[in-house]
Amino acid sequence: MKRRLLTGNGAAAWGARLANVDYVPAFPITPQTEIIETLGSWIDSKEMAGRMVTLESEHSMVTAAGAAAATGVRVFTATSSQGLLYAMEMLYTVAGWRAPFVMVNVSRGLSAPITLEPDHNDILAARDSGFLQIHAATCQEVLDSVLMAYRLSEDARVRLPVIVNLDGFYLSFTREPVEVPKEDKVLSFLPPFDPENIRFRASTPISQAVAVLGGGPYSYFRYETHLAALNALSVFDEISVEFGRFFGRSFDAVEAYRTEDAEFVFVMMGSFATKAKEATDRLREAGWLVGLVRPKLFRPFPKEHFLKLLKGKKGIAVIDQNISMGKGGVLYTELASVLYGSLDDGPVMASFIGGLGGRDISSEEFFEIAKVIRRAAEEGKAPPPRLLYTEEELREMRKLQVIANAERNQAGKRVGKKDE
Amino acid sequence: MYRIRFHGRGGQGMKTASRILGTAFFLEGFEVQDAPRYGAERRGAPIFAYVRASKEAINERGIIKEPGLVIVADDTLVAMPAAGVLQGVTEDTVILIVSVIEAELWKDRLNFPGRVLTVIPPGEGQSHERAFTGGAIAGAAARLTGAVSKASLEEAIREELIPLGTKVVEENLEDALSVYEFMAEHEGCVAPGTAIAVEGFTPPNWVELPFEDARLSSPAIHAEATSEQIKTGLWRTVRPVIDYELCNRCSWLCSTFCPESAISVNEDGFPEIDYEHCKGCMICMTQCPPHAISGVLEREAKGGEDNET
Repeated sequence: MKRRLLTGNGAAAWGARLANVDYVPAFPITPQTEIIETLGSWIDSKEMAGRMVTLESEHSMVTAAGAAAATGVRVFTATSSQGLLYAMEMLYTVAGWRAPFVMVNVSRGLSAPITLEPDHNDILAARDSGFLQIHAATCQEVLDSVLMAYRLSEDARVRLPVIVNLDGFYLSFTREPVEVPKEDKVLSFLPPFDPENIRFRASTPISQAVAVLGGGPYSYFRYETHLAALNALSVFDEISVEFGRFFGRSFDAVEAYRTEDAEFVFVMMGSFATKAKEATDRLREAGWLVGLVRPKLFRPFPKEHFLKLLKGKKGIAVIDQNISMGKGGVLYTELASVLYGSLDDGPVMASFIGGLGGRDISSEEFFEIAKVIRRAAEEGKAPPPRLLYTEEELREMRKLQVIANAERNQAGKRVGKKDE
Repeated sequence: MYRIRFHGRGGQGMKTASRILGTAFFLEGFEVQDAPRYGAERRGAPIFAYVRASKEAINERGIIKEPGLVIVADDTLVAMPAAGVLQGVTEDTVILIVSVIEAELWKDRLNFPGRVLTVIPPGEGQSHERAFTGGAIAGAAARLTGAVSKASLEEAIREELIPLGTKVVEENLEDALSVYEFMAEHEGCVAPGTAIAVEGFTPPNWVELPFEDARLSSPAIHAEATSEQIKTGLWRTVRPVIDYELCNRCSWLCSTFCPESAISVNEDGFPEIDYEHCKGCMICMTQCPPHAISGVLEREAKGGEDNET
């Protein structure tokens, strides 16, 4: 099948177009804007059906998306970073409505300080909202994820909104060859949304509302949402088999790269994981038994997949492109909770934080991480968490602090100690 | 894998160049990755774009650290550290500078052991808008790798630029093909590079980040007028020049309309432009009632300065 060069944003737009979405509430933000611009131009030129409305904020945009989905139409929207956070109240609300739709988030580090480049603290802030999460690592996966996301979201056993995440710049503005599937094939894989009991017709006015509830019924609805999210694990596996049959590409919940005979494994999410893949190949050439495990599905958390893939490994290096203040890497924490007590003679785990605000992770750093985890396995002792940060970077930081006149040019000196 | 980096200013077509080259490689059957990289800056600020091309799947991602080819579309960027033109170059890197200054002179100035080439801007002597095209840059890169045929280059230009109209396509084709011919003697001088190997790798200089008091470690700026330290004048491609013979000292139009507050009025009532911060938006030129302000290509203005000193 013919491939074409598309940015991650372009691939996201193609996903929405092929899904035949009915409604696109939109609000611009870097680095996402190209998605809604692309959809806007297609809708304008009638290459694509559907209606687009520009709202006055992301909060309203997600409200509109949830409300439209609650009338039984297929909805797509997209945001990034601060926009996602601005909409956070409604993320929880529309997930509580059990409104099925797909939102793309283009990851970008959060303020303050402000950046345009990616890390995952924005998307992980939505971790507990009830939205399911698929994390893409390539432009092809962005398109595929959107199609998968609609199947997952609209499935009656799930019926929850889904976020597809892609990294700003590294995917959003990067073109790669992408196979855009034929419309009829997509239509067979993803038929028009059958909303079943979700309906709203102007000719038959009914009220749709949620009530203020006490703890008993409240707990029921909250836990049902959790159970639906857990259901999405087996539903995802089922859809991914179908996806492979339709499009000839696999779309597993967790990617396992050269893990079969691996003793040491990198665990990462998102586009930076392809760097780990590159490093894995180089390390393999040098005789290292390493591999990569990358969750595409992050909510629900694919526990069993991890257990199967990590059984018998000597060491695991989790590289988090996020940081939970006062705790550390989120993926590390979640994986540790899965492995604890589940594997006999479990692997040594090491936590690395890297790629915050788009900070690059070099091949040499992956090589060094492999050395660290091998040593840790030999000694049977996990090393302390490590921020990927070099002396050169700290020196550059000192220069900035001098410019900012931080504490009257005290940059470089350790402060916080009592004056002698 | 070919690893190619284009340096230019916002508005000079670097993203376009990377797309044209990316598409051309793709048409030749390569796996491709192309991307621009910029921050919050606008037109005139240093930006870069890059292309990776390989016969195998590409897992590398992000900024190219060890380029096989660096093309600099604006020679005023070479000396600018913030532009990072020379970042990661090795003696195997080929550097091509769009410049009227000879290659040997650049080689001396840069004290660079590898190959330095130059090409004269295709639109030299023509109007400003015609001075640069992404097509020219892509054409040079295509020929230097020797991996892209003329036909693929042409097809790529058409594919990428048709939405911008026939005139743009024609200009880019003309530039691209002339540069493609001009580079014939250097065909294939850029070889595919290899990946960083594990054997003998240089370990990262990781540092334990120390705790530092919030007085130091909060991202606040405690100094006044720090924006003066950002020399936004470096973004300028066209320079407003005041002809004081024509200036009628109305003294407020140009200075008020200047969005950068880069025009002040001196004691005699004449406006003076702060070229360290003027971005060259040329609003002053359009506002000046007696047309006392004209635009001079920065490259030419700079050349004049060099001759004077």
